[in-house]
Amino acid sequence: MGNQPDIRAGRLPESAYAENFSDVHPPLDRKAALIESSRCYFCYDAPCVEACPTGIDIPSFIRKISTDNVRGAAQDILDENILGGACARVCPTEVLCQQACVRNAQEAKPVQIGLLQRYATDAVMDAGVHPFSRAEKSGKTVAVIGAGPAGLACAHRLAVLGHDVVILEAKPKSGGLNEYGIAAYKLPDAFAQKEVDFVLQIGGIEIRNDQALGRDFTLTDLRRDYDAVFLGMGLGGVRQLGLEGEDLEGVYNAVDYIAELRQSADLKALPVGRKVVVIGGGNTAIDIAVQTKRLGAEDVTLVYRRGAEAMSATHHEQEFAQVNGVKIKHWAQPREIRGMNGHITDVIFEYTQLDEGGRLAGTGDVFSLPVDMLFKAIGQTMLPQANGGSELLEMDGAKIAVNVERQTSLSGVWAGGDCVAISADLTVAAVQDGKLAAEAINSFLRG
Amino acid sequence: MADLRCEIGGVKSPNPFWLASAPPTDKEYNVVRAFKAGWGGVVWKTLGEDPPVVNVSSRYGAMSYNGTRMAGFNNIELITDRPLDVNLREIKQVKRDWPDRAMVVSLMVPCEEENWRAILAQVEDTGADGVELNFGCPHGMSERGMGSAVGQVPEYIEMVTRWCKAHTRMPVFVKLTPNVTNILGPARAAKAGGADAVSLINTINSIASVDLDVMAPTPTVDGKGTHGGYCGPAVKPIAMHMVAEIARDAETAGLPISAIGGISNWRDAAEFMTLGAGSVQVCTAAMHHGFKIVEDMIDGLGYWMDEKGYRTLDDFRGAAVPNVTDWQYLNINYEIVAKIDQDLCIKCGLCHIACEDTSHQAIAAQKADGLRRYEVIDQECVGCNLCMHVCPVEGCISMVEVDNGKGYLNWKEDPRNPMNQKAAE
Repeated sequence: MGNQPDIRAGRLPESAYAENFSDVHPPLDRKAALIESSRCYFCYDAPCVEACPTGIDIPSFIRKISTDNVRGAAQDILDENILGGACARVCPTEVLCQQACVRNAQEAKPVQIGLLQRYATDAVMDAGVHPFSRAEKSGKTVAVIGAGPAGLACAHRLAVLGHDVVILEAKPKSGGLNEYGIAAYKLPDAFAQKEVDFVLQIGGIEIRNDQALGRDFTLTDLRRDYDAVFLGMGLGGVRQLGLEGEDLEGVYNAVDYIAELRQSADLKALPVGRKVVVIGGGNTAIDIAVQTKRLGAEDVTLVYRRGAEAMSATHHEQEFAQVNGVKIKHWAQPREIRGMNGHITDVIFEYTQLDEGGRLAGTGDVFSLPVDMLFKAIGQTMLPQANGGSELLEMDGAKIAVNVERQTSLSGVWAGGDCVAISADLTVAAVQDGKLAAEAINSFLRG
Repeated sequence: MADLRCEIGGVKSPNPFWLASAPPTDKEYNVVRAFKAGWGGVVWKTLGEDPPVVNVSSRYGAMSYNGTRMAGFNNIELITDRPLDVNLREIKQVKRDWPDRAMVVSLMVPCEEENWRAILAQVEDTGADGVELNFGCPHGMSERGMGSAVGQVPEYIEMVTRWCKAHTRMPVFVKLTPNVTNILGPARAAKAGGADAVSLINTINSIASVDLDVMAPTPTVDGKGTHGGYCGPAVKPIAMHMVAEIARDAETAGLPISAIGGISNWRDAAEFMTLGAGSVQVCTAAMHHGFKIVEDMIDGLGYWMDEKGYRTLDDFRGAAVPNVTDWQYLNINYEIVAKIDQDLCIKCGLCHIACEDTSHQAIAAQKADGLRRYEVIDQECVGCNLCMHVCPVEGCISMVEVDNGKGYLNWKEDPRNPMNQKAAE
């Protein structure tokens, strides 16, 4: 009995699922938005704008909220970031705009920029308004690979500028990580699809789903058939631990499980372990840990090989996990995965520390954690076939090399989002890549 | 603790905080609640002749600013709409039950001596401590030849005040309207008529806002609006100026003043008193927050007086009056420049953009290693204070005196003054 893995669905009372996976930060109503907007000083050369990867004029849109000019506020946001709705929900504002807010210096309490941004963008999206129109048609068509944030942002800007766009998306649904990867409570109520629909309202964008680079077409095909190409396919691969036993049942890639959770129509039917261990220190690690906890896992332990400050998940995210009952253990790395009857039973971790050279090293001391489900969340990689076709893109490490305009080494080919080397692994950074690439493509096509 | 007892125009109260003639003082129920809360006195809402007036709904408009509700407030309510005998009976009862509190009764009747004589006798019978002649109400009653219609004609003020002094032994306060070009005309007239004190300011003609859907001023009464009387924190600077003018005028100096206009806390009260006010009257702040605010007024003023070593209100009353002067007597050689405390600066840049766009280009926006820094360019700074006012951090920007070695020089003496006779010689 004790050796049987305890993985099952329906651990919680039925009503708990809706509660656990509803909006983690409920929206501001008008009253709250007016109060919060009045806290903004309307800074000159505002530090928050500089801290926003898409350069939204934050003081301007907040001032407009304070005068009930919500339409004007939304325009300010969407002009720079067409996925302003998603970014308002998923941006780690605590390390971006809100970290730069001058109110931090004064009272350690920044203006709630993310929530205000959501207030404005929701109002416009709910009103069914699409506050953009298209320039005169150029007669050019651009192929965009990937209907994630980078691809959608690029496609929208290209459409605004008068070009037609065909988006080729490998998955059956569009939206990229907003649809498949972000924690469910950050983007509830099918928001990713709503936003895709919103983006498409501009017209001139056709999305073809289930079309994967390297499987259904090559880059060579696109360069031949289209006037320009934008690569925004993200990272399809998952980094592995490289330990024996990684193929045991009960060992999962966090991104795969999250995608399953995001697509699940009935969360109480989704099996989850009683004892869950997560390996990793990024937002995916936090997201899988909190979501399994919220599915009813009894013990969730997140193990990271370095200290809290080295985690790529923000301090705010770490705290959120802890408030949700996730135990975070620092300075330990997996050494051995043990199993019985083909299923994982334990993971042996070795304590780590920095050696004299500042390198990470095991101390030799170990501990063991009993596991029903083990999640690997140690990063993603670009799939080899993504760099597809006979023509080779210049790489920068394991990702695509681009210049400041997001142009690749191949003429007529631009790239952005998680698959490029200079991107910051953030939705908002992907949007900026797509926007900049679209501007560059426009110059190229109209040049 | 400092002694807050107050005496003005022969009316005594345990503290200088009175409720002004307005809805909070319209009936026994409210006034008793106010006295229980600690208010030193009331000016009972204006009595008129029967039949009582009829009021409309709605009655109030407000000017809310950047999240602050009722920074300014406006009303179109008339005088009491209850029968005269009900009011008189209640006044008598309350004065009997609260003998130590000031009970002043506001009055407004047509401009005939007999009307005033009659109502004064009835009020005297209540045992009230004094009357206040409402020559200020700017809406509704003024259309009927009362309120500010009287207060805008100094001769009428003097005449009615004289009648009242002749027909009652009670102290007579004259409440002045600010809807005049110079407050000294009405104030001098009140003094000439024998007023024991003046109360000011009454409300200012105003339209609080326009409803952009109804296309009518607020408060909107069935699609239409009318001008109302403006009061609340926004009018305080206007009221202080008028109080100071009366306090420093040779003719009216020494005339007791019961100050009204945006007084919301002890600090406001203290400021008015330094400009010569004997008591202060409050309305909007009480209507906004209830009567409990008087607790902070009482102990706030007391603690401040203790800190400053003032034992009684007389110790600082009028203390700022000698320092209110005409522009021409200001020291033209006095020089200050802004100084930014870089440790307190939060880098909002408001000082820079205010100076750069709208003033003297005297604050440089610098950026070194990605860090913002705002620096005053001393030689460009004219010491206007704008940056200090826009700075959201208390104490971050201060104005520092420059020792230029020059002594006092006023504009009358300044050789640069083309009107200066001496310089022309």
